[in-house]
Amino acid sequence: MYRYDDFDRAFLEERVAQFRDQVARRLAGDLNEDEFKPLRLMNGLYLQLHAYMLRIAIPYGTLSSLQMRRLAEVAQRWDRGYGHFTTRQNIQLNWIRLEDAPDIIAALAEVDMHGIQTSGNCIRNVTADQYAGVAADEIEDPRIWAEILRQWSTNHPEFSFLPRKFKIAVTGAELDRAAIRVHDIGLRMCRAPDGSTGFEVVVGGGLGRTPLIGKTIRDFLPKDDLLGYLEAVMRVYNALGRRDNLYKARVKILVHDIGAERMAAMVDEEFQAIQAEGGVALDPVLVARIQDHFAPPAYAPAPEGPPEVLALERADPAFARWRATNTAAHREPGYVIVNLSLKPHGRPPGDATSGEMRAVADMADRWSLGEIRVAHEQNLVLPHVRQADLPDLWRAAAAIGFATPNIGHLTDIIACPGMDYCALATARSIPIAERLADRFKNLDRLHDIGPFRINISGCINACGHHHVGHVGLLGVDKNGEEFYQITLGGSAEEDTAIGRIVGPAVSSADVVDAIERLVETYVDIREAGETFLETCRRVGNAPFKESIYAAA
Amino acid sequence: MPLLRQGRAVADIWTHVEGEGELPTDDVAVTVDAARWSADRDRLIARSGPLGVRLANNDPVDLLAEDLGQLALIVLHFPKFSDGRAYSQARRLRRLGFAGELRATGNVLQDQLLLMTRVGFDGFVMAAPDAERRYEAALAAYDHFYQPRRIVAA
Repeated sequence: MYRYDDFDRAFLEERVAQFRDQVARRLAGDLNEDEFKPLRLMNGLYLQLHAYMLRIAIPYGTLSSLQMRRLAEVAQRWDRGYGHFTTRQNIQLNWIRLEDAPDIIAALAEVDMHGIQTSGNCIRNVTADQYAGVAADEIEDPRIWAEILRQWSTNHPEFSFLPRKFKIAVTGAELDRAAIRVHDIGLRMCRAPDGSTGFEVVVGGGLGRTPLIGKTIRDFLPKDDLLGYLEAVMRVYNALGRRDNLYKARVKILVHDIGAERMAAMVDEEFQAIQAEGGVALDPVLVARIQDHFAPPAYAPAPEGPPEVLALERADPAFARWRATNTAAHREPGYVIVNLSLKPHGRPPGDATSGEMRAVADMADRWSLGEIRVAHEQNLVLPHVRQADLPDLWRAAAAIGFATPNIGHLTDIIACPGMDYCALATARSIPIAERLADRFKNLDRLHDIGPFRINISGCINACGHHHVGHVGLLGVDKNGEEFYQITLGGSAEEDTAIGRIVGPAVSSADVVDAIERLVETYVDIREAGETFLETCRRVGNAPFKESIYAAA
Repeated sequence: MPLLRQGRAVADIWTHVEGEGELPTDDVAVTVDAARWSADRDRLIARSGPLGVRLANNDPVDLLAEDLGQLALIVLHFPKFSDGRAYSQARRLRRLGFAGELRATGNVLQDQLLLMTRVGFDGFVMAAPDAERRYEAALAAYDHFYQPRRIVAA
């Protein structure tokens, strides 16, 4: 994984000093809150419902065990002993004091971490496929390019005061595990007929009030042109993105208003001008150095399908189920990718205590070459596990409650923090997620239902990505009571779709029963081997609508 | 309000003519807005004194593309510091070859000065009385830049 060099460290030290000075100027009254706000936001410091929240970047979801231990320490020392992993490959600490923020930032910088560009109207922390570099189906490791984008966008002098936040996601495989079509820019690594690799460039996706699927404006962009082309996109957006209305300031609105073809033409014109001026040439030496950082580790030879693991699989159905559900194919024979479910039944999705973070760091050191990934589904991933180590790892994960075999299943719920933390939310998300997890805790039933994604957002801003859940729940406030609008048929993968609203919002008291009736309807009408999403696409919303609104 | 050039507070020699207002004598340095420039371009160029144009941040810079050699000053405006359109205008004007003074006006704050400098601004009108000190502090904050020296060949 990428290791900071002297340059990165020196930059981060300057950043810490700058932020310390900004906080001091704020506390001294030299900066008013309006002036301070964008500065603190540029370091990930929000003012939430009850306290300051610090959002820490985990660029492209890659984390070392050392960094995980530091997160545990920071959460324990300056917060309440836990953190929340988000859909944007960040971790949030919810109870920060402004006075402590500079020390926290300094403590994070010691392990090459920060909150830069986790907030504000800039190019945000770049996200990527959590299986990058290890997935069996990968074309090329997208993290090299995500790291290049991290560097290019960090303190970018031209793009730090955009009309709105700007999110870029990169995926390197056929299967889209980075939800690229619902990002401002989505990059999918692909191969040209001549065998060279480059990017499909998708622009203008996003959720929120106006959910839109991004449009491809370039089928194949050679890698060398990446920064020049993105600079062109950003410049067009900076000039023409609306600023009169917060909700219409995203690039998706611009693309929607002028059309993908016009957008592509304007970007191309700007790109040509940049090229004519000499381009934004990547320094091959630096690119090679970044590439070296992501070279596959030296894997010790490991047997494929070790007999003792196969034996345990036969002897213990719980292990077999976990292995089938929570692991993924690795490119290296004898190895496997392990998902640690941060959705133990009865806990807020994505939360981990300091103790659990340390336990995961220990597991990573023991069984995954010290490396951890954060998935946008709010789970953790150990990317380099020998198959032979699965039984021990499984027991260790179970000991901290992270071995629930529910990855990709109904209780693997994506949920925003909702009204329990967030100043914007109009309804709670966490209790609904907890009640659903409790209702479907029977694992036989969970697995009979099969692949099933529920996403919950506590408000229209859609941090829980409810539009792209197979079932989406959007919390709304009706005269002081919490209701949930249900959407069906969404997907964030390569078949990206925005779910359709079924009907009137359902009360908090009824929503879990309604989902259960919907699930039972699916089980009744599905054809052999058909997933919920497939059934939903085949039959439409009608049968589900009927079950949702059926009298209990 | 202090005007900074090369980090030093200097007097503003320019007369900023509003709208269709009267022009001073020919040898006086004047700036006009984009509409006046478009309307009066030839007459303005015929004057002997230095010329400048003030652009709003939604004025397309291409409007000046042919005239950059005639201009000694372009003033770009930040109605609020969080509206960053003028960064792209500055970058575009420098790319088009503008070599005169690029001046930032409006809500120009200490924490934006370094970024402004890096896209090509070299003049700043600031409200803060201690603008010189702030400029120095802002430019001293970073020695390390990811663009263009880092991943991008210079």
